[in-house]
Amino acid sequence: MAALIEIEGLTKRFGAFTAVDGVSFSVDKGEVVGFLGPNGAGKSTTMRMLAGFMTPSAGTARIGGHDVTDDAVAARRQLGYLPEGAPTYPEMTVSAFLGFCGRVRGFRGKDLDARIAAAMERTQLEGVRLQPIETLSKGFKRRVGLAQALLHNPPVLVLDEPTDGLDPNQKHEVRSLIQQMAPEKAIIISTHILEEVQAVCTRAIIIARGRLIVDQAPDELAARGPDLDTVFRTLTMGDAA
Amino acid sequence: MIAIARRELAGYFATPVAYVFIVIFLALSGALTFTLGNFFGRGQADLNPFFSFIPWLFLFLVPALTMRLWAEERRQGTIELLLTLPVTQWQAVVGKFVAAWAFCAIALALTFPLWLTVNWLGSPDNGVILAGYVGCLFVAGAYLAIGAAISALTKNQVIAFVLAVSACFLFAAAGSPVVTEFLSANVPALADVARAVSVNDRFNGFTRGVVSARDLIYFASFILFWLLVNTVVLEHRKAD
Repeated sequence: MAALIEIEGLTKRFGAFTAVDGVSFSVDKGEVVGFLGPNGAGKSTTMRMLAGFMTPSAGTARIGGHDVTDDAVAARRQLGYLPEGAPTYPEMTVSAFLGFCGRVRGFRGKDLDARIAAAMERTQLEGVRLQPIETLSKGFKRRVGLAQALLHNPPVLVLDEPTDGLDPNQKHEVRSLIQQMAPEKAIIISTHILEEVQAVCTRAIIIARGRLIVDQAPDELAARGPDLDTVFRTLTMGDAA
Repeated sequence: MIAIARRELAGYFATPVAYVFIVIFLALSGALTFTLGNFFGRGQADLNPFFSFIPWLFLFLVPALTMRLWAEERRQGTIELLLTLPVTQWQAVVGKFVAAWAFCAIALALTFPLWLTVNWLGSPDNGVILAGYVGCLFVAGAYLAIGAAISALTKNQVIAFVLAVSACFLFAAAGSPVVTEFLSANVPALADVARAVSVNDRFNGFTRGVVSARDLIYFASFILFWLLVNTVVLEHRKAD
C-alpha cells in the first residue's frame, strides 16, 4: 500500500523568493515525523501546501492517494490539520465551534455529539465546553484547535506546533496523546523543541532555507554529535556558510 | 455549505454587529420614510417613500456588513481553518453569501410595522409592496455579492468598506439621469450600457409592482458573477 502522505519535489515560490525548494518525503501509517527547522525555513509553508491552503508552485503532494490540488476535498477529508497559531472563531463556544467543524465534515445528530464528546475528552476540554473561545487561555485555545483536528478521526494528522504555548503538564499530555494515536495514523508535527522529537517521533526531518537536509531517526540524528542541540545548530547554521 | 451559512448567521447575532445593523437600518429607513419621504402628507397608501430610500441605505449599510466577511477571517487566521475543511471555495463563498443575505432578509422583514401601518390607514396594493420587498432583497444581494468579493481582496476592513461603497455607488448611479445624460452627450455607446447595468433602474421596476424575467435574470447573473469573482480572488489570494 502507498504511504499515507507522499510529497514529491514540492516547491513554493513567492516572487523571486523560494520558500520551499523541491522537498520530497513520504510518511507511512504508524510513523510520527518531527518537522524541524529554524523560523522561516519553510515548515509552515510545506504544511500549508499539504493542507491545500497554499497552491504549490511545482511538485505534488498526496494524502491517502488523493492529490491535494486536483482532488482537494477528498484529500482534506483524510486530514486533520492544526494551522500555526491554532486559529478559531473567538466568539463561538467550544462546543459550538466543534459542532460547526463536525457539520461541515458531514456529521449529524448523535454521531456528531459522540464525536464532539470524544474529541473533548481526548483534549480535556469538557470543563470549558460552553465558554466562548476568546475567554480561554492560550493552552486551552491550542487544545480546541487540536480537538477540531481529531474530530473526524482522520488517518493523517498535520499539526503545526501543537505544543507551542502549553505548560509542561499540557505538553506532556499532548505528547502522550500523539503517542497513543501513532500506531493507526500518519502524523507530522512541527516543533522547535528538540527533546519533543526524541520523545514522540519515529523520524526527524530537518528543513533549512526551504531544502530538506536531514531525514532520519531521532537517535541516529542525536548520534551525529554530542547532543541534539549541537547537531541541529551545526546542520542548519553550517548550511549558511 | 449549510453548516457554513448557519455558523455565519449565528456569528452575526453572537456579536453586536447584528443588533447595531438592524437598529440603525430600522431607525434610518423609518426616519427617511416619514421625513424626506413625506409618508403621511402624500395621502397615498403605498410604501414608495420607503422603497425609494432602501437602495441608498443599503449602499452604506451592506458594505458595512460585507467588509468583515473575508477580511476578518484573514485577520484572525481562521481562513486557513475554513479553507482546509473539506469544502470547495465555491461552497465557502456561497455559504457566507447566503448567511449575509438571510441576515438582510431578517432586517427587511423587521420593517413590517410600516406595512401594517399602510394597511391600517388605507388599502394599498399588497402585491406591489411584496414586489418592492423582493426588489429590496435583490438589491441587497447584488451589493452583498460585490462587497464580499472586495472583502476577499484585503485584510483591512476599512479599505474593504470604502472600495465596496464606491463599487456599489457605481452600479447604483449608473442609471441616474446625470450619468446617462452626460454619457449620451459624450460617449453615446456607453449610455445604454450604463443604464443596463444600473441596480437602481432595475429596482424601480419592482417598486412599480413589475417583476419581469429580465430583471430577475439581471440580478441573478449579477450576483452569480460577483460570487464567481469572489471564488477566483479567494483561490489566488487565499494564503496572502
